[in-house]
Amino acid sequence: MSTVEIPADMELVYERPESLTQADTHYCPGCTHGTIHRLIAEVLDELGVREKTIGIAPVGCSVLAYYYFDVDMAEAAHGRAPAMATGLKRVSPDKVVFTYQGDGDLASIGIAEIVYAANRGEQFTTIFVNNAIYGMTGGQMAPTTLPGQVTTSSPTGRDVEMAGWPMKMAELIGGLPGVAYVTRQAVLDVPGIRRTKKAIKLAFQAQLAGLGFSMVEVISTCNTNWHMGPVEALEWAKEHMVAYFPVGDTKMTDAVRALKEGK
Amino acid sequence: MTKELIEGNAAIAEAAVRAGVEAFFGYPITPQTEVLEHFSKRLPEEGRVFLQAESEVASINMVYGAACAGARVMTSSSSPGVSLMQEGISYIACSEVPVVLTNIMRGGPGLGNVQPAQGDYFQAVKSAGHGDYHMIVLAPANVQEAIDYVVLAFDLAEKYRTLVMIVADGSIGQMMEPAELPPMRPVRPPKERPSWALTGAEGREHNIITSLYLGAENMEAVNLRLQAKLKEIAANEVRWKEYSTEDAEILLVAFGTVGRICQTVVREARAMGIKAGLLRPITLWPFPSERIAELAGQVQGILTVEMNAGQMVEDVRLAAEWRCPVRFYGRMGGIIPLPDDILPELEALVAEVSQGEEG
Repeated sequence: MSTVEIPADMELVYERPESLTQADTHYCPGCTHGTIHRLIAEVLDELGVREKTIGIAPVGCSVLAYYYFDVDMAEAAHGRAPAMATGLKRVSPDKVVFTYQGDGDLASIGIAEIVYAANRGEQFTTIFVNNAIYGMTGGQMAPTTLPGQVTTSSPTGRDVEMAGWPMKMAELIGGLPGVAYVTRQAVLDVPGIRRTKKAIKLAFQAQLAGLGFSMVEVISTCNTNWHMGPVEALEWAKEHMVAYFPVGDTKMTDAVRALKEGK
Repeated sequence: MTKELIEGNAAIAEAAVRAGVEAFFGYPITPQTEVLEHFSKRLPEEGRVFLQAESEVASINMVYGAACAGARVMTSSSSPGVSLMQEGISYIACSEVPVVLTNIMRGGPGLGNVQPAQGDYFQAVKSAGHGDYHMIVLAPANVQEAIDYVVLAFDLAEKYRTLVMIVADGSIGQMMEPAELPPMRPVRPPKERPSWALTGAEGREHNIITSLYLGAENMEAVNLRLQAKLKEIAANEVRWKEYSTEDAEILLVAFGTVGRICQTVVREARAMGIKAGLLRPITLWPFPSERIAELAGQVQGILTVEMNAGQMVEDVRLAAEWRCPVRFYGRMGGIIPLPDDILPELEALVAEVSQGEEG
């Protein structure tokens, strides 16, 4: 990337966060992973913790996230990021640790690892990206695929009689006693993106304060595998996903609330 | 230092504490649970990390995470639990982070039983996890060796940034013997963790630990690097013990508990006038193939004795390269072959090779 001189009569209002590398991402045009990566990076910059942060990438579309975050990172086996983060944070209690996981990774193959890490109150933060589909393998039914939603492995739509119901992870994790803060947000429009950033920041602040496990579920899109345009995908997610996966906090301890209110 | 009466599983854990292990993650399974129990008491006393995981799948990945941070870390399990760990073991092998683990083997396959066995030889030395890799595999035959090899395991794991597995059977884990524990080593402070570790990208490029290489050329290059490392390990780290091999005409090859029993077999065979010797591999990988090849040229026959259906015997045959007959005797399901079981097999081999000479 070349450096451009800012003209004297202009002001710099938008730049790449230090916590992102210069790499171009492999994400599809219209994908919301880029938005979520940027929000995390902005939060790490604002909290001044880039140089003490360690991230764990999942298996899924964001498997290469370690190329995009300019922080130390490891790549986990499918679903195992919370176990890796547990080991890492336990021997590095002064570091900031986060996992970045998709719905197949966190809510299906890795559900034991996330539930137990959360229930132990592990001092790390999970960013859970829910787009209701297996993106990397080409659009199969995910644990969060909506009833009736057509995917390559539910060609006539998800049949809940056969496949069961979509997993509501924010509600499940929010119900555990060891958890400090769990919220579900959506990056489907500008106000939602701003609220998501605030939630991610609070989640990391809770970790820095040693308050316990924090998770932000982010309702996201996959226009490629939903076979929609990016805008249409955002509208579809607002109409259908948010109806099943309501936005809002499912757990906030008094200590986190005090942190949020600046007390 | 003086010897004390100590149980194998507790000895393994205490040796790791003294070797400076910073964290242990594990899950209860017979016959290794006392390893976990000892750590659960001792590590908090020392201000270090102990955590009982929700499964062996989780514990190996906790170990992986802590190893990525550059901490000295260990897990322990028994056969079915080690099967569950194979995914994580493969990732760790490719990521080249140092990890020590033990398998206190029990009867199998399946849930099997909790009796001592050696049925996981193939899994340990051929690597049941996916892809091309080997662990260094150390096989103690008594409690003292179990202690000594735990200390050695950490040194080898860190020297080569690799996995080291200690395989013992349930009888070594459960047995009490007089043994000497090593002196307490200081724990490496977090500030001295290796430069490749994930410690936060403070004033340096960010470190990445991964086992994903999407390009074929990249993946092959990683494999070539791993193979070069394994070759170096194979050249430098082969270990074994020999008993009465100088003038041996017939050779026993056995490891672990039954390797120890075969020392008695050698003594009894010699008393009967059979010039028997014993080679007991300490490293099951890398395997002492060269020395076995030499001895195969010296002796008239080899009897391999194992607590399984015949696994290491394949490596003995490969090493012997038809220089002499290689026969097998084994018991399964938790039955330990005793000298009275093994001696007739040795006598039969002597008769077989004598007939060959006469013929």
